[in-house]
Amino acid sequence: MTDADKKRLLREMLFYRRFEDRCFEAYMERKIGGFLHLYSGQEAVATGVLEMAKTGGGDKADYVITGYRDHIHAIKSGTPPREVMAELYGKETGSSRGRGGSMHIFDPTANFMGGYALVGQPFPLAAGLALGAKHKKSGQIAICFLGDGANNQGTFHETMNMASVWNLPVLFVCENNMYAIGTHIDRSTAVRDQYKRVCGYNIKASQHDGMDIEVVMKAAKDAVDYVRNEQKPYFIEFITYRFRGHSMSDAKGYRTKEEEAEWEKRDPINIFKARLIKAGIVTEADIKKMQDEIQHEIETDIIKFAEQSPEPSVAELTKYVLDDNPNPRWIGPLQNKY
Amino acid sequence: MAVLAYWEAIRRAHDEEMANDPLVIAMGEDIGVAGGTYKATSGLYDKYGAERVIDTPISENSYTGIGIGASMVGMRPIIEIMSINFALLALDTIVNAAAKIRYMSGGRVHCPLVIRTPGGTAHQLAAQHSARLARMFMSTSGLRVVTPRGPIDAYGMLKSAVRCNDPVVIIEHERMYNLKEDVPEGEFFRPLEGAEIVRKGEDITLIGYNFSVHLCLEAAQRLEKDGVSAEVLDLRALKPIDRETIRRSIEKTHRVVVAEEDEAPVGVGAEIITGIIEDCFFALDSQPVRIHAADVPVPYNAHLEKAAIPSADDVYQGALKVLGKI
Ligand SMILES: Cc1ncc(C[n+]2csc(CCOP(=O)(O)OP(=O)(O)O)c2C)c(N)n1
Ligand SMILES: [Mg+2]
Repeated sequence: MTDADKKRLLREMLFYRRFEDRCFEAYMERKIGGFLHLYSGQEAVATGVLEMAKTGGGDKADYVITGYRDHIHAIKSGTPPREVMAELYGKETGSSRGRGGSMHIFDPTANFMGGYALVGQPFPLAAGLALGAKHKKSGQIAICFLGDGANNQGTFHETMNMASVWNLPVLFVCENNMYAIGTHIDRSTAVRDQYKRVCGYNIKASQHDGMDIEVVMKAAKDAVDYVRNEQKPYFIEFITYRFRGHSMSDAKGYRTKEEEAEWEKRDPINIFKARLIKAGIVTEADIKKMQDEIQHEIETDIIKFAEQSPEPSVAELTKYVLDDNPNPRWIGPLQNKY
Repeated sequence: MAVLAYWEAIRRAHDEEMANDPLVIAMGEDIGVAGGTYKATSGLYDKYGAERVIDTPISENSYTGIGIGASMVGMRPIIEIMSINFALLALDTIVNAAAKIRYMSGGRVHCPLVIRTPGGTAHQLAAQHSARLARMFMSTSGLRVVTPRGPIDAYGMLKSAVRCNDPVVIIEHERMYNLKEDVPEGEFFRPLEGAEIVRKGEDITLIGYNFSVHLCLEAAQRLEKDGVSAEVLDLRALKPIDRETIRRSIEKTHRVVVAEEDEAPVGVGAEIITGIIEDCFFALDSQPVRIHAADVPVPYNAHLEKAAIPSADDVYQGALKVLGKI
């Protein structure tokens, strides 16, 4: 990795943090409704893993799928941030035309195959994306990001089994932040180390620090290469921490201030920043400049675009339920005999 | 013309669609090496191989989800769920994923997937193998639901379903897999929408779908002996419903019986009759009647089972009631 790459990755993570903070503000201003799950604290995982994947869409880029905490996974896959923000604003220019919202970002042009609200549901969908890629021999793999809590769903076990039996090229990325909303992993789950849970399915697995992007990248590279070359699944676990509440109305009464303070010392952005400063790759002044540019871009481009975009038309309420332009040969009308 | 059984018609549709498009795959329990519980995929494993005729483990929710994921990237999976009772385990992926992905993505991602499943009562299979859940799928936005009554539709609708860009649920019936019909030899498609008048009549309309069409036809024959000319209408698709064809028939006959094998509360008949009241209330000369299963888990005992499930006689008696003859 070149110094320029390191600088770019730092800037990306600074951008993601500010993007999510700005979503928080827009939510407080009631510009964004519904549920809003922010990614702050976990940036090194999606940034590091997807840096090692083929992103950007097209028939060679990998497929990415995740849960409801999905903004950053979409952006790192190649979805324009302004389309993500417009989606949160419910606008027609949003990545899902305002029909999906925060939890349902979709962008097939970036091979970002969606954010899903049902905990654990993306496991089989991801295996299906991988089955499609394998069938088409396209060299693509599927990458599925989910939380520790999702591993307690039946879909986890069912999918690990089938992905293994059918040798599907899918990378399962477990973002273990030790909480499922307000329930600590030790209170819900028999083992804290999630990577151990797949050994019964004969899937290769490993566990790594999710707060250090360089550790994430190194581990992710090995995993991505394995999945692509061996055409087999891999389960990779990252230990991380969510800095904000689960969604917007979360008083975080289930964890202590001391615990939060301990983890904030391991802020993935600060760790990487300090390392780059120490190595002389960036200066404090460079970082200040980056932050100003990010602030400017978010306000004058992203937020402005979301604010000024039109609402979807009520006349198009039922558009997209079924294929809008079906082939009459398959659909009808039926020519009655009588 | 060739006489084909319902299962043979389904098999032929699979075979042609798989030969036509390498992206068509079949998935399900025991469909490959074993040839399928109802033989509907027999021989295809040898012809197309394990990669395209996929024997799944008993994981309904997740193998359906895998089919959905594959369909999102251009594959055309045909999934067999051995019994509609087991489809309940896959409701999350069918209802929360397949049916909603197009809408949630603003029309950007499609799920062109077919789910085939028998959804009726056979003989003495008892409560956990006799569910009829048509009413549940027909109330889900984003799905198409079709109910072929015989080999011609079983073949032609499966072929259309494979090529359609929407998720399609095909409800078959345990008691119809051996039903035979003359099927034209050349390739043809049957549309996934549109009710069909399968018997022309003047005095009363008997509406059915799937197996209950046959109950209606039997009842119509008996009515003919009584001097009553009954029209029989096969809904064919439960989602969307062809209200126009229903209206036209009732404006002619002014009387209606709806026969369903589902239980009554919130059933297919409730929906059809509500539509009739909304569309052509003043065309009715008497109250509509619905014939339906009893509101019980289906019993094992043969006599009790018979009492729980509608018969042709029930449809006949319902018609007499509408006609004011009892
Ligand atoms: C099937 C289902 N059950 C429950 C919920 C409610 N819920 C939303 S997020 C969540 C916790 C998930 O935790 P985890 O998988 O660890 O992800 P994290 O939020 O920590 O990223 C729960 C219980 C849901 N959305 N879907
Ligand atoms: Mg968690």
